[in-house]
Amino acid sequence: MTTGTVPYIPAVEVEERETYLNVSSKIRSWLLTRDHKRIALLYLISITFFFLIGSSAAALMRLELMTPARDLVQPEIYNRLFTIHGVVMVWLFLIPAVPTTIGNFVIPLMIGARDLAFPRINLASWYLFIIGGLFTIAAIVLGGVDTGWTFYTPYSSVYSNTNVVLTILGIFITGFSSIFTGLNFIVTIHTMRAPGMYWRRLPLFIWSLYATSCILVLATPVLAMTLVLLGIERIFHVPIFDPNRGGDPLLFQHLFWFYSHPAVYIMILPGFAVVSEVVSCFSRKRIFGYWFVAGSSIAIAFISFLVWGHHMFVAGMSMYGGIVFSFLSFTVAVPSAIKVFNWTATLYNGSVSLKTPMLYALGFIGLFTMGGLTGIFLATLAVDVHLTDTYFIVAHFHYIMVGGMVTAFLAGIHFWFPKATGKMYPEWAGRIAAALIFFGFNLTFFPQFILGYLGMPRRYAGYPEEFHLLNVMSSAGASILAIGYIMPLVYLIWSLKYGKDAGPNPWKAMGMEWTIPSPPPKENFLKIPVVTQEAYAYHAMTPQGGDGPILPSAPPGERVQGGKVVDVEWSKQ
Amino acid sequence: MDFIKQFRFFPEEASSVAGRVDTLAIWLFLVSAFFTLLICVLIVWFALRYRRRTEDEIPPETVSHHGMEWSWSAAIFVLLMVFFVWGAKLYVVVKKPPTHAMEIYVVAKQWMWKIQHPEGQREIDELHVPVGRTVKLIMTSEDVIHDFGLPDFRIKQDVLPGSYSTEWFTATKPGEYHLFCQEYCGTLHSEMIGRVVVMLPHDYEAWLAGTVPDVSPVQAGAKLFATYGCAQCHGQLAPTLAGLYGRNVQLDNGRTVVADESYIRESILNPPAKIVANYPARMPSFRGQLSEEQLIDLVEYIKSLGAAAPTTAPINGVSPDAIFNQPPARQPPPVAPIPRGVNQ
Repeated sequence: MTTGTVPYIPAVEVEERETYLNVSSKIRSWLLTRDHKRIALLYLISITFFFLIGSSAAALMRLELMTPARDLVQPEIYNRLFTIHGVVMVWLFLIPAVPTTIGNFVIPLMIGARDLAFPRINLASWYLFIIGGLFTIAAIVLGGVDTGWTFYTPYSSVYSNTNVVLTILGIFITGFSSIFTGLNFIVTIHTMRAPGMYWRRLPLFIWSLYATSCILVLATPVLAMTLVLLGIERIFHVPIFDPNRGGDPLLFQHLFWFYSHPAVYIMILPGFAVVSEVVSCFSRKRIFGYWFVAGSSIAIAFISFLVWGHHMFVAGMSMYGGIVFSFLSFTVAVPSAIKVFNWTATLYNGSVSLKTPMLYALGFIGLFTMGGLTGIFLATLAVDVHLTDTYFIVAHFHYIMVGGMVTAFLAGIHFWFPKATGKMYPEWAGRIAAALIFFGFNLTFFPQFILGYLGMPRRYAGYPEEFHLLNVMSSAGASILAIGYIMPLVYLIWSLKYGKDAGPNPWKAMGMEWTIPSPPPKENFLKIPVVTQEAYAYHAMTPQGGDGPILPSAPPGERVQGGKVVDVEWSKQ
Repeated sequence: MDFIKQFRFFPEEASSVAGRVDTLAIWLFLVSAFFTLLICVLIVWFALRYRRRTEDEIPPETVSHHGMEWSWSAAIFVLLMVFFVWGAKLYVVVKKPPTHAMEIYVVAKQWMWKIQHPEGQREIDELHVPVGRTVKLIMTSEDVIHDFGLPDFRIKQDVLPGSYSTEWFTATKPGEYHLFCQEYCGTLHSEMIGRVVVMLPHDYEAWLAGTVPDVSPVQAGAKLFATYGCAQCHGQLAPTLAGLYGRNVQLDNGRTVVADESYIRESILNPPAKIVANYPARMPSFRGQLSEEQLIDLVEYIKSLGAAAPTTAPINGVSPDAIFNQPPARQPPPVAPIPRGVNQ
């Protein structure tokens, strides 16, 4: 490590320096840690485990769908597989993925804080997550559940003979973990920002996770209530959703989607968060239209609560209800388009470096664009009538969730891996994996758009002969995708031991997390820094590279010209 | 290499709305393809044109341009609104059945479709219809939510337990088409499939003649009506049912409802839900005593008791009053429209 770039940190050798990793190696010190960075790693290990379970279920489904006949697994098993895949991927991987791992790790670092506002609640949220996850795993081991992740009534509440109660109990508990995390982030962002870290200087990562946290806190309780109602009907036979005894089956769908549509944005907004940081860093540019990108996150969070009805255009909702929800769904496309245009415009006249995180981020922009545009098909009422509940839907939300969110997650993992571990991963392996994932993903899911338009229904264990070719393509793509996902798992673990030392700022990135050593010390900042500049002051970088827009512990010395902070008091010499 | 020759991007366009939905979808595809290519080309171009040449390169500052932001936002919004209006207008067409449709009842249960023709024919997992004739399906489920999906007709509708949902189509091309259950309904969901057979009018007449019809729903309903003694009250103590169907009914809470199939069904199963103004709430519930098929028979019988004058045109030149308490005569099928000749 060259001490010249970080003058305010005592210069000690990396091996001897105390970091959050080596401060104690006892198991107890990990399980009872209140350090946000360690909790982030606990979460990372947990969600990786759940991702492996969810993707194994997907792999078996794709194998079954290699042939039109129901041969590899019987329908009762197939139904359990897609339910496991959905439940595990949504609640135990996608929703916690970026916020609880990358968010937990970098939010305090980005805003110049020593931890989250409530470190104990942060640890409690991980325990709740694990307990909820164990209930879900128990439900799978004890025979599975076959309702689909949507739990539509009255099938789930009256007819299914599988472990519905155990599963919804697991999701219910996991929901509290989400609420804890959301609350913690909101309070942290409001109260723990370093001096000079005004809202206008917040990295866009923080803006996006702030919007995510608001949705987590406002929407998750609705899910909890809905699941409680479902449990009451199933256990105590109190008619709520069962029409044969005076209940309303559509009520469940309204309540469920009132949570689950915002949940889509819980999953994708953190993806936006990562991509904004990565695109800016690897173009060495301020994000084009900072306020539009930040504002669009808030706008998406707000509108996300008003569009749930678009899941129900053929469910039996009134025609006029359908028209209103269609209109509102179209409006949510505008802030999403703003983001895509601004990321693309950020590249213009930049200094673009195609390192692995950037490859993932650019892949994200392309795949998210396709996922978003196919969403327009589904917001268009008459076309949705044809496409809903077909493979078009499956392809659409996998473009958002996998092409978008998982790609962004991998971008973030590669981007902050050197910060978290102090090691570099092998760049070429990273690029190959990114290319494999991009190619494998498209081969898996693009044919499903065509299958959907041709009318192949989702959640079918078998299908008519005419859909065979496209399903074979899709399964072939899935095997490439699987290799692409296994590669980072292998080389990142390898790099923990054999990776080259990263130094504090391998990407020459702005952002306060890059001003401290890698891995960071336990208390993050030895002195609370004072922020004097905007988040993305790459244009003011010195040729030796930048170590962030801050002047650690120095008095705020900003100069304002034409309303813009142009301070360049670099902490160089 | 047969499968390559058979490869298609569009299913058959076999209903009157299919072509219109496809046209809209093609425009959506063109616009989507344009923006996807635009973004991809810009990304690749910028990434190559502005690639980092030296490690210490510092690009010039770009200041964001609010006018540009607002104008592309507005442009996107306007473009989106075009598709919103187009889609919504077509949705109204897809949702609202034309009058004088041939009414066929569908009862779904795990995992089969039971079809009831007005003439008495019953089918399972198959629906025979004449080409060019507007068909309205009145559907309910005995257990969970199902969905009557006809991809070649570009329509689908969830089939709910406890209420009637409707769906209509006019088939334009003779042939056999997929019927898929499109809402997950349990273990054998993927086997809850069937076919719709669209026939030329004379083939259809031959099919009708060749099948042994069951008692028609109206006749079966008349029998049930007598068995359950409905006439003891209706007409004197309770509202008369003649001419009820399609009429506006004044309720005791001041609201007005249209007496459609769902209203009649609800009034049999849950009479206190909607009480007709100036009548006491004395009717007992028949929940649990009637199967969905029997309910359909009763509903059809009550519908046959003379329809309300404003909504019903004379049938075969005879006004509805003249055939009071008789099932309406079958309307002759209109001249089949020329099917859309060119697929895609």
